Formats: sequence, C-alpha cells, structure tokens
Amino acid sequence: MAIKKFAVACYDDEDVLFPAVKKVRNSGYKLHDVYTPFPVHGLDQAMGLKETDLHVAGFIYGLTGTSTALGFMSWIFTKDWPVNFGGKPHLSLPAFIPITFELTILFAAVGMVMTFCYVNQIMPGVKKHIFHPRQTDDYFVVAIELNDNTSETEVIDFLKSTGALETSVQVAEDSWWYGRFDKDEPYQQLA
Amino acid sequence: MNERFEIPARLKTTSLVLMIIGLLVLGIGAFTLLNGAGATELSKTRFWIVLLHNSVFFLLMTVACVFIQAAASLAQGSWIVAYRRIPEAIGANVWIFGIITLVILFLIAYTFQVDGHNPIYHWATPHGDKILEGKHAFLSKGMFAGFTIVTIALWSFFGRKFRALSLAQESAPKNSTKIYWTTVKLSAIFLLVYALTQMSTTPWMWIMSIDAHWYSTMFSWYTFGSAFVSGMSLILLWVVYLKNQGNLELVNKEHVHDLGKWMFAFSIFWTYVWFCQYMLIWYSNIPEETTYFKIRQHGPYSMIWYSVFIINFIMPILILMSRPSKRNYFTVTFMAMTIIFGHWLDFYIMTMPGPMGANWHLGWYELGIFVGFVGVIMFTVSRTLASASLVPQNNVLLKEAVLHQS
Repeated sequence: MAIKKFAVACYDDEDVLFPAVKKVRNSGYKLHDVYTPFPVHGLDQAMGLKETDLHVAGFIYGLTGTSTALGFMSWIFTKDWPVNFGGKPHLSLPAFIPITFELTILFAAVGMVMTFCYVNQIMPGVKKHIFHPRQTDDYFVVAIELNDNTSETEVIDFLKSTGALETSVQVAEDSWWYGRFDKDEPYQQLA
Repeated sequence: MNERFEIPARLKTTSLVLMIIGLLVLGIGAFTLLNGAGATELSKTRFWIVLLHNSVFFLLMTVACVFIQAAASLAQGSWIVAYRRIPEAIGANVWIFGIITLVILFLIAYTFQVDGHNPIYHWATPHGDKILEGKHAFLSKGMFAGFTIVTIALWSFFGRKFRALSLAQESAPKNSTKIYWTTVKLSAIFLLVYALTQMSTTPWMWIMSIDAHWYSTMFSWYTFGSAFVSGMSLILLWVVYLKNQGNLELVNKEHVHDLGKWMFAFSIFWTYVWFCQYMLIWYSNIPEETTYFKIRQHGPYSMIWYSVFIINFIMPILILMSRPSKRNYFTVTFMAMTIIFGHWLDFYIMTMPGPMGANWHLGWYELGIFVGFVGVIMFTVSRTLASASLVPQNNVLLKEAVLHQS
C-alpha cells in the first residue's frame, strides 16, 4: 500500500515481450509486474517468479479439515449425543471416513481459493491501478518500479530500445484498494 | 544419440541368477511340499496357491502396461511417447506370463485334489454344496477353461500387436498416419476387451473364486487398481534403469514427474476402491460377507492387512505428494519398488487366507517364487527392449512428447 512511480512500456507481440522482459531483468531495473490479456506460457519463468507455496497451504487446510471432521464426529458420537446405529460401536472409524474425506476436500479447496485470491489481490470490489486501458485487450504491459534516483528519460529510452510501442511514466498506487476507479484512486486525491 | 539398448552383462547375469533361484525353489518345493515324506494337504495347497498368487499378480501387472499404452494411444496422449517402447516391450511379453499362468491355473483346477476335493477352487468339486452348485453356470471347469484360454489369448495377441505396429511405423513413410490410426482403433477394441476381462470377470474367476461362497462386485476394480499402479511402477523402474544406462536421452524430469503423478493418483484410487468394498460390507454387517474380512483384519493376517494399507496408501500419499519428490529419481524409484511389493502383498492377502487359513507362511518358498518371476520379467523385457530402437523415431507425436511439460 504505497504510492510509487512506475515506468510503463507496451508491446503488441509475445516475441518482442519475452526478450524485453529478459532485458529489463538483466538491466537491474526493478520489474513490478507484466500485464497480459491472456495467460502467456513460460512468462513466469521469464519474469523469475518463484515457485508457488500454495500447495503447502492446501496441505495444511486439508489437515485442518481432517482433524476437524474426525474430532467433531468423535465428540458428537461418544460424548454429546451417542446413538446406537445397528449395534455398531460409538466410535466407529469406517463410518466417519466419507465425511472426513469430504471435509478435507472442502477445507483444502475453499482455503486454497481464498488464499489464491488474497495473494493475487483479486476479490470482489477490489480495484487495482490499470497501467494501460488496452492491457486487457491486445497489449502486453510491462511496469518497472522507479525510485527517486532513477532517471526517467534513461528508463524510457531503454524501454523504447527494447521495442516498446508506447511508454509513459505514471505515479500510482502499487497495491489494491476498495472503491471506484474514477473517484477513489488514492494518488488522484493526492494530486 | 544412444538409441539402442545393449543388455549389460550384469543385468543378464542377475536375471539368470534370479530365474535359477526361482526354478530351484520351485524344484525344492515340488520335492518337499508337494511330494515329500511329510507332505500334507496344507503343504500341497501352499505349493499351488503360491504359484497361483505370483503368476496371476505378474500377469495382471504386465497386462496393465498394455492397458496404459492403449489408453494413452486412444486419448492421443503424447506424454508416453518418449518411452512408449517400455510398455510395448512389457506388453509383448504378456504371452510368456500368460502361458505360465494358464498352465498353473489348469493344473490347479483340473488335477489338484486332496481326498477327492479341491482345496483351492472348492467349486471344482462342489459335492452337493448348494451355493456352489447354484454358481455352476459361471464357476465350472468348462467355463473356467474356455474363459481363461480366450482371455489370455486376447491379451497376448494385443500385447504383441501393439509392439509390431509401433515397429512397423519406423519403416513407414515419414509423417504417414495410417499405422497411427490403426493403433488408435485397436486400442479402443483392446480397452473393451480389458474392461470385460480384467476390469470385471477375470479376477472373479481366478482370485475371488478361491473364497467361492463370498462375492463382491467391487473386487475387480480393486484388483485393477492394484494392477494399474504396479504396472505404472514397473514402467517407471525401466525408465530409470534405462536412463542410468545412458539410453532414453529424450526422457527428462517432466516425464518422470508424470509417472510419479500416476503412481500417486492410482495409489489413492486403489485405496478408494479398497475402502468402498470394505465399508459396504462393514456397514451392512451380514455374516456371510464379513467372514472374508474377519480372518484378514482381526484374524491371523491382521499384521499383513495393516501393513498393506500403510505401504499402499500412507506411504505414497505422504512421500509422493510434493512436486520435488515426484521429480527426484531416488524417491520415485524407491516408491515404485515399495508399491510393487505392497501390491504383491495385497494379492497375497487376497489368495492366501481362503485355502491356508491360519497356517500362512511368508518364507523361502513365497519369496523364492517371487524372485523367480522378477528374473523372468527382467530377462524377457530386456531382450525385447534390446531388439529394436528405444526411440520411436517415426512416431507422429514424438516432437510433442519431447517438448512435454508436466
């Protein structure tokens, strides 16, 4: 949650985008993100994103589901409300397995979806700064984070040399916020 | 590129030694257990039931490799193409295991009798047993013989046919898809054959009929799960072995990851079917059904029963769950060997309790015969693999297979 300065470059071809991303990484500029109209295969490796830990979270959610189901059912059928089902013991594990299985899946699935949404900042009502209106249409947009010491003209020249069709420098919120695009973007209020 | 596999002297000696051990154990078994001075009904039964257990297990495991290859061909899957010579080579040797199994099954059904009754297949000598006579239409010697011959003949034919087609593609004109589509069509037919045999009737007839009074419609799915996951592990062992020999340069971690995923997924599938069968019987609690599990779970076999569950479910799910472990050659090899042994134990617990009761053994004879079959599989498959190029150079999907990412 911070207002930052970005240099933005737009490309219209994957074959230009990949070398450009590589050059940006090699140049030492801080790559903020790459926005594409569709999932581009191999871009995560090109950007140097690290392997996700989402499955570890999934495992933990799954274990939570397993223990919740087993613990809750054992408590109900032995302490809270013991019922005799066809002479079976109160604590009969085989009968608990299907529900345990379902709850494991439910916890893991819902937990992973919510974690995924949180990590990627995609929730209903959540807004993010749009660097270029055509980033959801046919443009691949690369955003570089600038600091006070970076020369804007140098960055723009560098981005143009990588084949960018359009370039700009923008001051924008780097994270998400709630509200409307036209009114509530924090940096506009600042200006 | 190192396309040809030359059988290393060490593999040849090892496989020959294993086969000789198997034959020696078989010979000693024939002299002591079957015909020795102290041979009893139990020792004779032990001699035959161990042969039945091992031959059926290895046959179903090798046929599963044909199934894997056929299912991948039908789905036009390219993931298997980089190493498809391996399931093909295993499939081309189905006939050897088929003949061994055929001989053993026929000897048991037709010749094995103690005091006028057959201790393994009770239905072969019903002697007025109402339930068994009621099942006569399915469980009778004629039906058994015809069914077994037809099944094994079909499996052997398809196993050899897929290999022949794949080799014929090498000499076909470049980019010709004629043989490719023939393989797809034959795969569809084979899946039908497989569904009507291994996935439904064969395990009922060969294994479930040992406990002839008991029946379960889940049984064949459950044996299919066992066979599939052991077949996948067998393919993986050959992949890793050939990579260590410097062959299969096109196969990389992506392909090994795929095989690891299959082993992981089908271990869970096996558990799912295994538990379905168990829970329905546990829930309804009908005496004639629960006797089957009484002896296995609470009786003399309980230790094997629980270890089968741990080896075939707990170990794969915990060890193979993470991505790095599925891409590590050591863990997948270790798990493949564990899974094959675990499912061998699973077949042990399907066959042994019926005729042997509490007097089970897991000693020199059982392990010796197992080792012998391992020798046969190493010897025959390595010979078939060495007889042709390991890279299906002319296969239409080869490029896709090399670029494969899992």
